Parts: sequence; C-alpha cells; structure tokens
Amino acid sequence: MAAIVSALLIGALFGFGLAVSEMIDPARVIGFLDVAGRWDPTLLFVMGGALAVTLPGFPLILRRARPLLAEFFAMPTQSRLDGSLITGATIFGIGWGIAGFCPGPALAALASGSPGVAVFVVAMIAGQWAGSLLEQRP
Amino acid sequence: MAEPNIIGGLLGGALIGLASALLLLLNGRIAGISGILGGVIKSNVPGERSWRVAFILGLVGGAALDAFMRGGLPLRMQPAGPMLILAGLLVGFGTRLGSGCTSGHGVCGLARRSPRSLVATMIFMIVAALTVFLTRNFF
Repeated sequence: MAAIVSALLIGALFGFGLAVSEMIDPARVIGFLDVAGRWDPTLLFVMGGALAVTLPGFPLILRRARPLLAEFFAMPTQSRLDGSLITGATIFGIGWGIAGFCPGPALAALASGSPGVAVFVVAMIAGQWAGSLLEQRP
Repeated sequence: MAEPNIIGGLLGGALIGLASALLLLLNGRIAGISGILGGVIKSNVPGERSWRVAFILGLVGGAALDAFMRGGLPLRMQPAGPMLILAGLLVGFGTRLGSGCTSGHGVCGLARRSPRSLVATMIFMIVAALTVFLTRNFF
C-alpha cells in the first residue's frame, strides 16, 4: 500500500514538473526540434535540470542493498544494441517530431481536457499494444 | 530564436529528476513513462498494475495542480486529425519496440550510464529533428 501511495505522489511531482517546464506544450517541444528554424532551447534546460539530479543521485541510491518500499531494484536487464532498439527509437522519433508529444507529457496533458490529447493517448496505447504483439512472437 | 523558458525549464526539469530519483529510492523502479504505461496494458499481475495506475493518475493530477495555479495549461497542439493519430501510433509502437522514451532512456538511462539509452536518445532526438525539418519545409 505504501508503494502505491508513493507512486501516486511521485507521479504527481513528475507531472507537476512536466507542466512547470512547459514540456506538455507540443509547440515548445517542436520548437526545440526545429534547429533550422526559430530554435527554442527550453527542452535543453529541462534535460539539464533533470540530469543535474539523476546523474549524481542514481549511483548514490543504487549503492543501497534495496529500495525503501520494495524488495529489490527492478532494473533493465538488456545490454545489447540490437535492431529493436534502433528501429524503435527511430519510429518513436518520427512520431515525436510530428506531434511534439512523447508519452509523459501526453499523459500529463490529459489534465487539460483537450480532446486532441485524448485522441493521441488512445492512439499511443494502441501502438504500444501492437508493439507488444510483435514482442511475444518467437 | 524563440523566447526560452529558462527558469521554468530548470525548475521543472529538477522536479522531474527528483521524482525519478525518488521512484528509484522508494519503489526501486525506473521512471520511464512508456514502460510504466506499457505495464498497465500488458501485465496481469495485480500488484504490478496498481502502482503503475497510481503513478499515471498522479501524473495527470500534478499537471492539473499547475493548471489550477496558473489558470490553464500552456498547450498548443500541432497537427490534428489523421496526423495526430498517426503520431500517437508511432510513439506507442516505437517506444515499445525501443524499450523506452524521453524519460526512461533520456533522464533515467543516461543517469545509469546505459550505452543502450545513450544510443536510443541520440537516435530519437536526431530523427525527431529531421522529421520537424521535413514537415516544416516540404509538407
């Protein structure tokens, strides 16, 4: 139960950060990606602010034997640079460039009540579902 | 150059980083939003689903709090209709196949010094910038 409450509050902090940084605004994100046009460096400051915490913080946390509210650290196990990683990142990049939405900001932007955001999120979930079908094949 | 939001960017970014560090410290999980969402869809272990749903509800609630404080969210949608749907499908499919998005690979993966995340982050940044260049100039 404590882990669920903590996930809720941490999710809220994350969502608040996405809104404060204006990363939930697709125009800001497209502006960052538009390097040949009216470039908007805001996303760079967001990445910098986040990495200023996580780059030193993660190694310190991972020195612990276990997390505070769980049995173990559930870390990614894959280490190979395979075709799925490269193809997946490319396909994601195309979608991100078209809409200016990646998964976190799109979900947080549901708070706006905008029908367009809901349309995007439903399509994103359908895309994830299609991807998971591909994964299950041997 | 467009007017950047330096203060909001740094502050919001630090909050995102803090949230990612806290999720690791308390729950032992990587704050990759596509992965958290994917686990809601795929997982059929009840304990595995509830914290993910809680996190996503929090995500929406946190943005709602900012909307309340500033009287609305800054949201300028780019494409509409079929292009928006296509983009959503690509983002969902691509993050699933590539095991992560801007948060999982970008914020957390780089902090873990993961070579996979570094490669993925460079690829999706470059491809997205190329996509914007093409849509701005040729479509």
